[in-house]
Amino acid sequence: MTPQYGRGLRTLSILTVAMLALALVLVFFYAPLEAEQGFLQKIFYVHVPLAIIALSGFVIGGLLAIQHLRTRDSRWDMRSYVVIHMSLIFAVGTLITGSIWAKGSWGHWWVWNEPTLVSFLIIFLLYATYQPLRFAIEDPERQSRYASVFAITAGAFVPMNFIAVRLSSAYLHPRVLGSTSNLPGSMALTFLVSLIALALLFATLCKLELTAKHTRAQVRALRRRLAGDDELPARRGRSAVPVISATGGPAAGGAG
Amino acid sequence: MPDARVPALQLEGLARNYGERAALRGLTLTLERGGTLVVFGPNGAGKTTLLRILATLLRPHAGRASVLGSELPGQAWQVRGRIGLLGHEPLLYRELTAHENLTYHARLHGVGQERVREVIDAVALTGREREPLRTLSRGMVQRVAVARAVLHSPELLLLDEPNSNLDPAAVELVAPLIGPGAGPTRVLCSHDPARGLEGADLVLGLRGGRTEMLRPASEVSRADIMELYR
Amino acid sequence: MRRTVGALLRKELLVELRTLESVPGMSLFAVTTFVVFHFALNRSSVEGDLAAGILWVTLLFAAVLGANRLFVADADQGGFDGFLLAPVDRTAMLISKVLTMLAYLVVLELVAVPAFALLLLGAPLGRALPDLIATLALCDVGIAVIGTLVAALAVQTRARDLLGPLLALPLLLPVVIGGARASSPLFVSGHLGSTQGRWLLSLALYDLVFGLIAYALFDFLLED
Repeated sequence: MTPQYGRGLRTLSILTVAMLALALVLVFFYAPLEAEQGFLQKIFYVHVPLAIIALSGFVIGGLLAIQHLRTRDSRWDMRSYVVIHMSLIFAVGTLITGSIWAKGSWGHWWVWNEPTLVSFLIIFLLYATYQPLRFAIEDPERQSRYASVFAITAGAFVPMNFIAVRLSSAYLHPRVLGSTSNLPGSMALTFLVSLIALALLFATLCKLELTAKHTRAQVRALRRRLAGDDELPARRGRSAVPVISATGGPAAGGAG
Repeated sequence: MPDARVPALQLEGLARNYGERAALRGLTLTLERGGTLVVFGPNGAGKTTLLRILATLLRPHAGRASVLGSELPGQAWQVRGRIGLLGHEPLLYRELTAHENLTYHARLHGVGQERVREVIDAVALTGREREPLRTLSRGMVQRVAVARAVLHSPELLLLDEPNSNLDPAAVELVAPLIGPGAGPTRVLCSHDPARGLEGADLVLGLRGGRTEMLRPASEVSRADIMELYR
Repeated sequence: MRRTVGALLRKELLVELRTLESVPGMSLFAVTTFVVFHFALNRSSVEGDLAAGILWVTLLFAAVLGANRLFVADADQGGFDGFLLAPVDRTAMLISKVLTMLAYLVVLELVAVPAFALLLLGAPLGRALPDLIATLALCDVGIAVIGTLVAALAVQTRARDLLGPLLALPLLLPVVIGGARASSPLFVSGHLGSTQGRWLLSLALYDLVFGLIAYALFDFLLED
């Protein structure tokens, strides 16, 4: 029985767009102007949710990788890859919005005493090696396995790194960009809505990418079967994208 | 204690993929203990993949594989010490001497020093065993590799073109260890139809991972084998 | 298991002694780097944070250099297959490689720390030694574990010499942070500071977490 990939994608997309619209409205018209930083402070509603989602994404990527190693089903590796990929994009977003915020309120494009920003830089540097690592391994099964080992190690590293950076800068300077505790009601609500909206965006984009990849894999499997199995030439060039192998799920069920 | 009634190999629909391509598909065969299976086929046909699966180095992706009574991959650990692999690589450290290499493997397999002496003598390298392998000729290194493969007296020998790099005298020399009369069940990959058929019981012809031919050796002629390579 | 680890360690030692690939290179690199720092910073002596920073950056890079070579002989000469064919617990390879890396690091530090004290350090080391040794020991375990894990990951890829350091450096940052913060009070002349326990504790936590992770994941890297 072939699963229906992409089921629920439309509903999810609509929900996401709706929430994003709501969030924008709240940010610009509902949330009060902050005393010290003025309008610039509104970046907080983008920067912090992006950070939270990216971090969660990396950890989730590690959890999905654990499933891959336990079940040897390449679909878990595909999910892990997509989630990590998306989290990296959100991490870049975090760095950019954080940098803008820092420039606006502190005058510098980069500040070392903001532990979140610093941790993110390190994590970004680490996860930026994920795709080169995959690309450097030709054997698809080994590529998936090694990528999973990396994802789990890096996923465990994320909290460790935060603790280390926090510890190292805690006693030096007060935090530049402020913390998220003690938010007045209206700000808290706006923040929550923003967080949910961006989380939905993350989920939708991941689902979109997964659906596209699964569909492509199904098409390839069908073409192979029509052409009489391995008449299809092997892909030219190497790929960092995981391959759903012929035994990795119903997509290529009978071919085994 | 080896159970003589259980076949050495029982494969059913054995398959292994390389990404989206199939390296080995739907292989089914049975090999009795003490028998010799010879595998022919062009490069890329899946011969090495098959050997590595049987050696427990690769996991099967589909189908069943029972080696010396143990199911792979679940019971691979049971069978590991009873298989000897002689592949394209000698699996030896070039900077170490023959003696050091063999002692290392002996310790890994729980085999004593006297056996190390024995195999060194058997491959006629007594006197050269304290020299680093990188100073020995390719033929001698191959002999040390043979010694390594039979060091732990395996019940099943997996041989991938074992006579490459060996001159005719050396081939004769190692015959009692890995040749047709040696004793253990053997799976032999060969490109040499004449030599390969010697002492063979079962012949498997592979092409593109598929079983093109599976017959008792008595029913196979040289011409049949040449067909595979066309 | 002990027999297996013993056999592996003996093999590692023999190969290293014959090729001298790792340890001399690492030590020489460290000493040379101190000289480079002298010229780059234009200083004859350093103290406190600066001293700690120089020492730890140098140790880190020398360690990564050594870790790069850890599995190369095995990968190129069929050492993995030879080991995988044996009826032994595969974790033995992780243990033997971590111990080997630890040994390399100890030798490195036996050369690098005195060299550092001689060439660059402006403060006397004497009474700070026990604290420094404790810090080095904890950091070494972390470096050995991560170094082994990353080396095993990188060695079977195409860009093995590049990927090893790229992966190892971010992962080892908490070790650098812990090591540098823990040792910088020791490098101040006059008033002798002592290592804050919190850094040693966080280093120990790091070692534990990644030790467990390496233990759980290493076998997956060995398969074909």
